[in-house]
Amino acid sequence: MGGKGKYDTLFVYGVLYLIFIYTPVLLIVLFSFNNGLYVAFPLKELTTKWYEEMVANPGLTKALGVSLRIGAFVSVVSTILGVLAAKAVTRYYLPGRAAITFTIMLPLVIPTIVFAIGLLIILAKFLGLQPSTWSIVAGHVLLCVPFSMAVLISRLQGFDKNLEEASLDLGENAWQTFWRVTFPLAMPGIVASFLLCFTTSFDEYLMAAFLSGNDTTLPVYIYSQLRFPQKLPGTLALGSCILVVSFAIVTFAEWMRRRGVNPDQGLGI
Amino acid sequence: MTADDSFISIKRVSKHFGAVKAVDDISFDIRRGEFFSLLGPSGCGKTTLLRMLAGFEVPTSGEIMIDGQPMAVVPPHLRPTNMVFQNYAIFPHLNVRQNIAYGLRKKNLTKHQVEQKVEEALGMIKLPGYGNRRADQLSGGQRQRIALARALVCQPKVLLLDEPLGALDKKLREEMQLELRQLQRSVGITFVFVTHDQEEALTMSDRIAVMARGKVLQIDGSAHLYEHPNCREVADFIGNMNFIDGTVTGTEGGNAVIDAGPLGKLRVPVGQARIGTAGPVTLAIRPEKLRIEATRPNGGTNAIAGRLNAQAYLGDRSHFYVEVPGLQRRVAVAAQNVARNAEANDGKARDVWVSWPVESGVLLPAD
Amino acid sequence: MKPDDAGCRVMVSVTEGARAPATPGGLWTAFKTALHRYESIRGYLLLSPTLLVMLGLMIIPLLGLVVLSFCTQVYFSIDYTPTLKNYLAIFDLANNPIYLVLLFRSIVMSLTTTFFVVITAYPMAYFLAFRVGRGKLVWLILITVPFWTSYLLRVFAWKIILGYQGVINSGLINLGLIKEPLEFLLYNPTAVVITLTHAWAAFAILPIYVSLEKIDKSLLEAATDLGDTPRERFWRVTFPLSLPGLIAATLLVFIPTVGDYVTPSLVGGTSGIMIGNLIQSLFGKANNAPLGAAVSIVMMLAITLIVCVFLGAIGRRRWKHS
Repeated sequence: MGGKGKYDTLFVYGVLYLIFIYTPVLLIVLFSFNNGLYVAFPLKELTTKWYEEMVANPGLTKALGVSLRIGAFVSVVSTILGVLAAKAVTRYYLPGRAAITFTIMLPLVIPTIVFAIGLLIILAKFLGLQPSTWSIVAGHVLLCVPFSMAVLISRLQGFDKNLEEASLDLGENAWQTFWRVTFPLAMPGIVASFLLCFTTSFDEYLMAAFLSGNDTTLPVYIYSQLRFPQKLPGTLALGSCILVVSFAIVTFAEWMRRRGVNPDQGLGI
Repeated sequence: MTADDSFISIKRVSKHFGAVKAVDDISFDIRRGEFFSLLGPSGCGKTTLLRMLAGFEVPTSGEIMIDGQPMAVVPPHLRPTNMVFQNYAIFPHLNVRQNIAYGLRKKNLTKHQVEQKVEEALGMIKLPGYGNRRADQLSGGQRQRIALARALVCQPKVLLLDEPLGALDKKLREEMQLELRQLQRSVGITFVFVTHDQEEALTMSDRIAVMARGKVLQIDGSAHLYEHPNCREVADFIGNMNFIDGTVTGTEGGNAVIDAGPLGKLRVPVGQARIGTAGPVTLAIRPEKLRIEATRPNGGTNAIAGRLNAQAYLGDRSHFYVEVPGLQRRVAVAAQNVARNAEANDGKARDVWVSWPVESGVLLPAD
Repeated sequence: MKPDDAGCRVMVSVTEGARAPATPGGLWTAFKTALHRYESIRGYLLLSPTLLVMLGLMIIPLLGLVVLSFCTQVYFSIDYTPTLKNYLAIFDLANNPIYLVLLFRSIVMSLTTTFFVVITAYPMAYFLAFRVGRGKLVWLILITVPFWTSYLLRVFAWKIILGYQGVINSGLINLGLIKEPLEFLLYNPTAVVITLTHAWAAFAILPIYVSLEKIDKSLLEAATDLGDTPRERFWRVTFPLSLPGLIAATLLVFIPTVGDYVTPSLVGGTSGIMIGNLIQSLFGKANNAPLGAAVSIVMMLAITLIVCVFLGAIGRRRWKHS
């Protein structure tokens, strides 16, 4: 299929593309160790003082705590909802299944700002409630359930439907079948869903900015620091930590769930 | 058949998927301890019917009873049936032993008893010592046997088999056919077997239900089904068949006299067919019942003349194809190659006579 | 078994005297029977928590948005008498062109971004589908992982790359290639497009990849066998079969990008702001929530219109070809 020359061109393109994707991220990490206030070449000496400063910052640690709590809660709720929906859609004959799946996946496609202000309106103007961490949780669940469902649908479709029927046939009821057959086989997908939802919620800025009350999440905190030039390196340090941790989590999640499953089903997500 | 004989009772069962009638108003009974086959081409409804017995599909209308118990509200996990799936459905995350013992968890046996049963099962399927192997390390034939053992170890009243031999190669398949038959005889469980391979059905079954387009065409034992099909579709589906159309002109003794146009008058036993004293009918005759000769035979056999112009050599037998004026399809004659170089196998076209005894023919109603 | 009547319509005789089983009364039993009988009821029950939550979180806010768009902001409270004032203000090109201008600009920027994203993503997806042998898992992970990490940080990264004292400028100065920092890199629509292209890359690669991967390899072999060169085969077989993925990628990138807010606010400066920024300010400093709601609705309608036109054009083209 094409000569060796063609192979080389595409391969070079692929590598360049990867470089394009990763360079900005790597630059953040690089300059977080730079002993200077500006992100500019030439590099000055390497230092870890920005990291040390970061850890001692109370505003930051508070925001971190908020983000962790919200992330954990959102990932649990979204995964549970995603598992139920994915199982229903892949294992049962549902008239209107395509329409339902499309509806649940809408948050992936509609600009987030629409949902953010919509939720804000409902909460603030119509219900008269103050935004709080719970409003952020609601917003994030809305964003994460489609991801969870997509991951789990592709996982559930990847293994044989007859396996669950065999379990039923051999005497286990639906609940027991779920725990003895579906869950172990879907486990990588479930773990991946937890991790991906957590990361999505943890990194999300827009919803959190619109819906936060007194407690800010970490991304909102970062955004507020961006206007202060002397805080820049600290922000870089924080950013690098987040990037490295997210990267590790997501790599693990992706590796877990793509194992043994055909990557060309569903959206490839 | 009395109510006592019926072990599985299927009464006016239909299954509709939207506008499609996968199973259309079927009723029949299966006896206790039978090896019963559902035979038909793809799409005839046999797998749907099997799944309704298992409980994975719910009939749109009609009733199913197993051992006197109505199955209407019984979900699959509570039914006295076990199924061997077409692709075996062996659990990939469990080893062989855990797979076989899977359905025993509910039976409250001691660990020792479970072990014993698993070992017995492994012995029965001739895979002793395979207990700790993982499922994905096994060949198709081995997995098929494990699926069988897993289902049988639960001692169901009925074993349902959904084309379990389809994925195996020919030799292995023939071996497994005999093994399954012997197994069924020794455990005495009622088997309901789905297949599209008529040779397979004929080999293994006590009785066969031939299905097409959601309906049952005929239910009979192998020999009776082969020798006395009740309509053209069944006759054509099972084995090969030659058809000669004609009209009834009268009866003689137990035979009907058929006017077959340019082929002259032919005689065929009336048998079970309901025909009037006149009207269109079809005479059907199996290729192996025909005799092919150079000269017209004398005596009371049916004989027609034609031109032999094609043949196929199949090793143990040869098929000869004779063009007969007045017939659309060539008449197929099957003869065992008893002699090592049968004289007819010389590839030259020639005029021949094809004959058969009167009692070998089958009378079928015209379509 | 005796055949009951002539021909193929043989029904074997039914056991005599069998009676239908007596059903115990009660609504609960009827419900359980229905549950058993109709698989779709069980399926819907299973689906209901998720469906209800999602509909609740989506429909109700959207309804709130619509309702609010017909209201008026009076200082710090809302006047709920229905009025078209907001929509009239938006479409009032003589006095307030800014809304439509900004919407138009956002759409153009979004289309540009989509174009670049898809153009650069397609060869990458092709590479993954056809050239990569055993390392597919690794490549897929490498490509998708950055996409899952903080959007905010990735946009910020471009800010420091393109900045006046940023990476590119300082690097070029250091290398002696330029004397003064380039000013045109940041705080304009181009910066926004570049940043968005980077941010949405993975979203476009995956659907195209899936489409390409699904292509039956024997079709390609058949085309070669019938005389196509690799290039002809690509345009006659591969590309048309990858269209569903291409269309999906286009929509997945275009639609969310129109309403994007973070990128323009960080790298867009004043000339690069998009409609999302306007909406945000109407809910914040400019304190006119009903107008903000109306603008959002107009934006959504505009997006829907464009998508329908796009899909319609594609549909008609395909229908003409067949």
